[in-house]
Amino acid sequence: MASKIYPDAASALDGLLFNGMSIAAGGFGLCGIPETLIDALVAAGTKDITAVSNNAGVDDFGLGKLLDRRQIRKMISSYVGENKEFERQFLAGELEIEFSPQGTLAERMRAGGAGIPGFYTRTGVGTALAEGKPTMDFEGETFVLERGIVTDIAIVKAWKADPFGNLMFRKSARNFNPMVATCGRITIAEAEEIVSPGELEPDLIHTPSVFVQRVILATCNEKRIEKMTVSDRETLS
Amino acid sequence: MSNQITGWTRDQMAARAAAELHDGYYANLGIGIPTLVANHIAPDIDITLQSENGMLGLGPFPDEIDVDADIINAGKQTITELPRTSYCSSADSFGMIRGGHIQLSVLGAMEVAENGDLANWMVPGKMVKGPGGAMDLVAGVKRIIVLMDHVSKNGTPKFRKSCTLPLTGTNVVDMIISNLAVFERPDRQSPFVLRELAPGATREAIAALTEAHYLEELS
Repeated sequence: MASKIYPDAASALDGLLFNGMSIAAGGFGLCGIPETLIDALVAAGTKDITAVSNNAGVDDFGLGKLLDRRQIRKMISSYVGENKEFERQFLAGELEIEFSPQGTLAERMRAGGAGIPGFYTRTGVGTALAEGKPTMDFEGETFVLERGIVTDIAIVKAWKADPFGNLMFRKSARNFNPMVATCGRITIAEAEEIVSPGELEPDLIHTPSVFVQRVILATCNEKRIEKMTVSDRETLS
Repeated sequence: MSNQITGWTRDQMAARAAAELHDGYYANLGIGIPTLVANHIAPDIDITLQSENGMLGLGPFPDEIDVDADIINAGKQTITELPRTSYCSSADSFGMIRGGHIQLSVLGAMEVAENGDLANWMVPGKMVKGPGGAMDLVAGVKRIIVLMDHVSKNGTPKFRKSCTLPLTGTNVVDMIISNLAVFERPDRQSPFVLRELAPGATREAIAALTEAHYLEELS
């Protein structure tokens, strides 16, 4: 079997990008985001993207880079609070937002990747986010139907990858990445380290290779910290 | 009115909430004052804190030298591991929450209604940041404690007959710890009961500063 490793982010995205496409991206805040692939999307200039990501980055980092260049038309997210340019575009009507509760968003991507078109959850019942969605009662309780998500491509940040596309994530940088990896028609992973075949312990692989079509060595590993907190300060706020 | 009452400080409110944590609990603490609850857990009580970004067993904030960008809590603050720590995906993390495996969550609130409805995610006319994991937490965690100021900045009661702000969940709050009083209810079919008064707070003052209907059973 041919290696899935591509020489760089641009070549790994080659032939996959078109205006109006949907892209799922891993990460929570700025933790575990595919920095290298985001930079390549900026360089490619793809427009009218529907981005599925828990957050929208900050103004000059993460998906915020794509927002700054007006490459995103719609976000499907649970929380977008740290981005001023996002706010400006949204209030100006240039950007559409679909809020999904965080656990519902994770499950929508998991379901989409697992071939499940929809599922029922209690989350959001009776709130604005359930308006217009079908409901069903189970054992006397009301649940709302949420749809699975499948995207044109998915981009994830891994800690280690092998040439087959097996992935391991690191600590809380795992977050949304495993579900994102499953929900793309084509999934591209950037890894901090690419190891030789057989080097990953099979029992410790988080994302099996079948979900990953292309792999690159991550060249951007800034891992910016959003809220540095150390032990002599109790809280930031 | 309320400014004549000493009331509880944020730390005292957090300490009161910490008294609700029982040995062996798995708990999720929200962003803001609820995070302070961790500082007040009694040493003989063993609690495992969950963070919805996929970390179970949260340690304290790190020393500067130990900061790791890949170890953050749901407030995006850098934290540390404990011997018990495990990581999981966001889907598994919300499986813990939605599946009822987390015993207690402490959250902030903009408004709580007398029927237990909670509003804490958006104010119409202001930029909406999104609910994050709050809707999932209140829908899935068995017991929900709200920490909030008793009245808003302009003096409006926050414990109301019904919420005026968009809801986070319906009939989900079990206990309210405000800076002036503690309200609790035994189950989600029962009305709230005023249980405790903060220093300087009287029954009359609480009645004047509360719109919701409640019972009184002060010890």
